[in-house]
Amino acid sequence: MSVALLNLIETTLNGLMAGVMYSLVALGFVLIFKASGIFNFAQGVLALFAALTLVAFQTGQVPFAHLVNAIFGTELHKWGPGLPTFLAILLTMLVMVALAFLIERLVLKHLINQEPIILFMATIGLAYFLEGFGDLMWGSDVKALDVGLPSGGSFWWEDVTREWAAEGSGYYGMYVDLLDVSAAIVAVALVVVLSLFSQYTATGRALRAVADDHQAALSVGISLRTIWVIVWSIAGFVALVAGIMWGAKSGVQFSLSLIALKALPVLILGGFTSIPGAIVGGLIIGVGEKLAEAYFGPMVGGAIENWFAYMLALAFLLFRPQGLFGERIIERI
Amino acid sequence: MLYREAGDFKTTYRADQQTFPIRSERYLFWAAMAVAFLVVPFFINSYWEKSVLVPLLIWSLVALGLNILTGYCGQVSLGTGGFMAVGAFACYKLMTSFPDMPIIFVVLASGGVTALVGTMFGLPSLRIKGFYLAVATLAAQFFLVWIFNKFPWFYNYSASGQITAPERTILGVAVTGPNAPSWATYLLCLSFVFVLAWVARNLTRGRIGRAWMAIRDMDIAAEIIGVEPLRTKLSAFAVSSFYIGTAGALFFSVYLGAAEVTEAFGIEKSFLALFMVIIGGLGSILGSFLGAAFLVLMPVALKNLFVGTLGWPTDVATHIQIMLIGGLIVFFLIVEPHGLAQLWRLTKEKLRLWPFPY
Repeated sequence: MSVALLNLIETTLNGLMAGVMYSLVALGFVLIFKASGIFNFAQGVLALFAALTLVAFQTGQVPFAHLVNAIFGTELHKWGPGLPTFLAILLTMLVMVALAFLIERLVLKHLINQEPIILFMATIGLAYFLEGFGDLMWGSDVKALDVGLPSGGSFWWEDVTREWAAEGSGYYGMYVDLLDVSAAIVAVALVVVLSLFSQYTATGRALRAVADDHQAALSVGISLRTIWVIVWSIAGFVALVAGIMWGAKSGVQFSLSLIALKALPVLILGGFTSIPGAIVGGLIIGVGEKLAEAYFGPMVGGAIENWFAYMLALAFLLFRPQGLFGERIIERI
Repeated sequence: MLYREAGDFKTTYRADQQTFPIRSERYLFWAAMAVAFLVVPFFINSYWEKSVLVPLLIWSLVALGLNILTGYCGQVSLGTGGFMAVGAFACYKLMTSFPDMPIIFVVLASGGVTALVGTMFGLPSLRIKGFYLAVATLAAQFFLVWIFNKFPWFYNYSASGQITAPERTILGVAVTGPNAPSWATYLLCLSFVFVLAWVARNLTRGRIGRAWMAIRDMDIAAEIIGVEPLRTKLSAFAVSSFYIGTAGALFFSVYLGAAEVTEAFGIEKSFLALFMVIIGGLGSILGSFLGAAFLVLMPVALKNLFVGTLGWPTDVATHIQIMLIGGLIVFFLIVEPHGLAQLWRLTKEKLRLWPFPY
């Protein structure tokens, strides 16, 4: 194989991996949108908050240390050596469930029957609140997150692909990050678990009923409020997974919450209401973005990653306004 | 008692349709304008100019523009920061290419350029609706900021990538640049806001405004009764972008003086503008002002409280401030989803009967 072709394959592979990471975030959006019609802008911040909490449990930070130190002049920092990773993840999950409960109690309950734009704004307000709250609680410095996932390039894959190139071409082999591979495996597992859950458990079926039709679900005795808590908990869980993956990749810091902006084009491309859409959309955006950056970027000066995904999604939307897998929009008067 | 309509008879349609139909309200408005135009310029100092009054006026203009698009025509836009950047860079290019052009004309022309760009980015709205459109307008935000970063022509090949406003005068008084006196920049912004708000008020209650509202309330039904979606939606995008571009030009030339595009016109500006419109009240001119006032004044007040009075470190204060802003937004949405303008309307209803409600 020629080096150019191998490079193309490598770019595509890396694009697919990046796409899986986008899909992880987009999944959380889709879950909440399906179940409650809320476009939850706070999903990115939820991921940040989950990752921050996880790191704090792992390293044993005292919550609100900065604030307490500022007010009382104390020197609090850590309460101990920290918890083992497994326990920390479990505790973080509990925190996310508690958060879902609080969000339902304090915010959503009061906004039932409001217009979608109002709910959207409320989630942006929530995003601001959580961002400030997370930083206030655990400090805003960049933290390293290590949950024992492998990282760095795969030497085995490099060796294998080096054989593919023609003799004497000086090809070094493909670079594939092991962390991305594990993220892909985790994402697949997550989707399988979620679809099994929604297919075979009573709660899952209730979730799907609510997603189909709120009023019909209410009339057969499904409690909307319980469902919302469950959905936000699941979204919190997905956010935790996304937070772990992204946090392990680039450190836990404020910019982690901006992955929400990466997930938005994935959403409109795949459709707000479709889980397969989030996956396929993520893959298309990931591959498109990497290919464009590699082949089209140099022509216009690079750094097109920021907007290319949006333009790609916009171009798709002009042909299918509801996204690739979204429900067909039927408008009546 | 203070605020009543009894005895205030209208004998013509014109009198009945005026913006402030109640006499005391009308007097209050003109008194406020008199204070703003004739009293404040004599007492304004640099602190009040730079951190309160001028940002307040400019953000009111932005909120007004976004309210035309989102509040009156129902098209949610997250591209406000990008459009402000277009206004700022158009202003910079015009100022440096044509040094003799009067600044007022430059600012209006920047608005015109932004209107063209806005119309272009409004085209997808004919096909895409709701949240899909909101996300699509983010494309404008990222794309425009990227363009102004990537092509040095826009910032005249300056080494830092910054644009700096040269000094321009009106009637011999500097209004841009570091030597501009506080009262001059304030009066310039105030005049722009006054005239443009007056135009917006009259646009939105006329034929065009009614067409916008018809599209907002139900676009298919509006189309059937003869409101043309193409022209209506694009005109909303054009007018809204004109306002936002004008505000962007003022923001750069009068307020900031020097700007770097990602820092000055990033996505958080788009969200800020949308917050102003929602908190102030969708589809209300007064609401745009109230929303802008709320979101400009609150951080200043909070900062004074935490850093100035309580003496906390700035980073802790910033976190609490972000948290409070988020919390207050949620709180306001819960208490009154129709915004501060609606609260004001309710207060007026109460005031009419005060102190003897029946």
